[in-house]
Amino acid sequence: MCLGIPGKVEEIWEQDGTRMATVDFGGVRKQVCLAYVPDLALGEYTIVHVGFALTKLDEASALETLELFRSTGLLEQEMGGT
Amino acid sequence: MTAPAFDPSSWSCPLPLRDISTIVMGHGGGGRLSGELIEHLFVPAFAGVDSILAQLGDGAVLDVGGVRLALSTDSFVVRPRFFPGGNIGELAVNGTVNDVAMTGAIPLFLSAAFVLEEGMAIDELGVIAQSMGEAARVAGVQIVTGDTKVVDSGHGDGAYITTAGVGLMRPGIDLGPHRVTPGDVVIVSGPIGLHGIAVLSVREGFEFGVEVRSDTAALNGLVAAMLDGGADVHMLRDPTRGGLAATLNEIAMASGTGVRIVERDVPVPDAVASACSMLGLDPLQVANEGRVVAFVGRGDAQRVLEVLRGHPLGGEAAIIGEVVAEHPGVVVARTGIGGTRVIDLPMSEQLPRIC
Amino acid sequence: MKYLDEFSDPVLAARILDDIASRVTKPWSIMEICGGQTHTIIRHGIDQLLPGNVTLIHGPGCPVCVTPLEIIDRALIIAARPEVIFCTFGDMARVPGSRTDLLQVKAAGGDVRLVYSPLDAVRLAQQHPDRQVVFFAIGFETTAPANAMTVRLARQLGLSNFSLLVSHVLVPPAMTAILESPSCRVQGFLAAGHVCTVMGTKQYEPLVHRYRVPIVVTGFEPLDVLEGIRRTLFQLEDGRFELENAYPRAVTSEGNAVAQTVINEVFKVCDRQWRGIGLIPQSGWRLSAAYADFDAEERFDVRGVVAQESANCRSGDVLQGAITPPECPAFGQECTPRRPLGAPMVSSEGACAAYYQFRRIDIAAPTRRGSAPVS
Repeated sequence: MCLGIPGKVEEIWEQDGTRMATVDFGGVRKQVCLAYVPDLALGEYTIVHVGFALTKLDEASALETLELFRSTGLLEQEMGGT
Repeated sequence: MTAPAFDPSSWSCPLPLRDISTIVMGHGGGGRLSGELIEHLFVPAFAGVDSILAQLGDGAVLDVGGVRLALSTDSFVVRPRFFPGGNIGELAVNGTVNDVAMTGAIPLFLSAAFVLEEGMAIDELGVIAQSMGEAARVAGVQIVTGDTKVVDSGHGDGAYITTAGVGLMRPGIDLGPHRVTPGDVVIVSGPIGLHGIAVLSVREGFEFGVEVRSDTAALNGLVAAMLDGGADVHMLRDPTRGGLAATLNEIAMASGTGVRIVERDVPVPDAVASACSMLGLDPLQVANEGRVVAFVGRGDAQRVLEVLRGHPLGGEAAIIGEVVAEHPGVVVARTGIGGTRVIDLPMSEQLPRIC
Repeated sequence: MKYLDEFSDPVLAARILDDIASRVTKPWSIMEICGGQTHTIIRHGIDQLLPGNVTLIHGPGCPVCVTPLEIIDRALIIAARPEVIFCTFGDMARVPGSRTDLLQVKAAGGDVRLVYSPLDAVRLAQQHPDRQVVFFAIGFETTAPANAMTVRLARQLGLSNFSLLVSHVLVPPAMTAILESPSCRVQGFLAAGHVCTVMGTKQYEPLVHRYRVPIVVTGFEPLDVLEGIRRTLFQLEDGRFELENAYPRAVTSEGNAVAQTVINEVFKVCDRQWRGIGLIPQSGWRLSAAYADFDAEERFDVRGVVAQESANCRSGDVLQGAITPPECPAFGQECTPRRPLGAPMVSSEGACAAYYQFRRIDIAAPTRRGSAPVS
């Protein structure tokens, strides 16, 4: 249901009328169907589930989320809380 | 006696021995099912509960007219027979050399028996044989006897290879679960998961491109480095099928102690971690063919670590945990975010998942 | 791995956990309906890191656990046929049917093959025109786009030897069924992140308002799951009930429009049996009329196969959170991972298997935060 991991698009081509790509997952490369993310471009990141790209990963959003985590609890610390 | 090393593309069945009347793939998996077949079928037939066989070590240590020898055997049916980093021939030599080495003996001689499928390409057999010869030379052992049988096409999967090995026990060395005690340190000789991922990467249905090569290697040199310096080594085992998880559980259960590891300290190559993420696999359960897990007296742990790191095959050795008195027979891990999880004995081969 | 490893940072995990511990004052029960999230929780030991008065209930989020028994029995019959190459995800290979499972069928000579993607099955159909290739199309909404595109491809390639055994299930109707149940203990939900990647988050708005429960769309890495739990707990502590998106890097409110279009073309909504729970109306997908010729149940005439669940298996109650696995009389007795009665004990992220692992040892959780005792 859920196992989808982010990978980077390395190569794009057409096969049987469908856009396909080689996606790199941290050194592991797999052929992925891009039919569901038609505007995905080389170098962009995507979430892949069972060989299909489901969305473009929003990198800005990812960084914002991490920043949110980094600032968690810091305000309280600064104000002398636990 | 070890469970036969088996074809990583074969799967296994969770039903217990007494509920089924035929052999299923799981009996060759090296996990619970294999163990049951050995304990309830083979041991009673061959020997008895007090026998050497019943100790179920990697190899049997025998006293022959005052000389201590180690004897071990293993069968190999891996598919595909050729994979990044090696082939079935090297596995067959290294696997048995390693089983003998883990007893603390110096491996000396191997036998090699072949069951071949009619129609198998002779060229392929030639490559496999060359690989075996080379692996034996590197390991410093001699293949001194063997046998060849041919079966009808469609029964042999190309080739089965069974090797048996004999070695000379080092004087004064006594390794085994009986020596594992709370306070011992657990050390792994290098990064895990390479063999299993290398084979999976070329298996039908899961092909993926990855720069991962099997770690198949003869470990007797590494073992010699550890033992010849007189270090306080209590137990050695090479984690193969079922990965580190199976080995740690087997030893915990056999020694009646608990084992605690820290996941972040277990070396996992990036490509193995990525492949496992992609397929939903736990690196701790992925097969290895060239690693040693050592249980070492606490006082000598640092020394053994340095010896390993100074050896070509042990450059990335790491302390991954310790033996404790709590939760005997159970392996517990501190997870990456500081939580706790039980590392179970794998029932059977780990399967990729989508969920 | 980029965009993965950063979301496992232990320092940040500790910050989120501390933040949770500082805010939680009352006992709360939260359910995740997503096998992947259950897996993360167990894999990283998250439930013991939370304050003792926070209870995580593992809902029916794993297709392994909820695929109806009769579908599995039908799969086993098809897989045993000599002309069939039966392709499945690894998850389903060991799930027990009434008498056997796919791996045993394979042991007996059936051509059962594990694949990573449904496209692998289409490729096999092209390579073996003399065999019938059947793909076991289970899963939630996340997997439907892949299965749908695969069927379209099969049609485009003119493959007459390819078919799907379909057992798709939908999350919102399951959530509704759980919320409607008189024994419902769930006070807040983590919504499955990748289901929402496909379907968007709009479907959950009506549930939030009708049942006045927080629903937080959550990802799968440890920090994502902790964040989903944190936001849900804060809503509960504040007395709010809202739909929140805690996985914005992969989820939008609209979801994937292309995927939704293709799904609507290839599948149509139908009633579905959920193993252990029973019939939930309009909670599944089957092939639409336009693609009915790819339906394996028709092609192999197995619609008549019905099945009887084990009387002792209480997986339905477990999956809905009505009881915890240890409260089931069969737990650890007739039902163990070794010899499972139902799917939640087979699947490594099934609730029962998860509890079974932890009952083996009595470890005090030294990392548990908060002062309230475990209820």
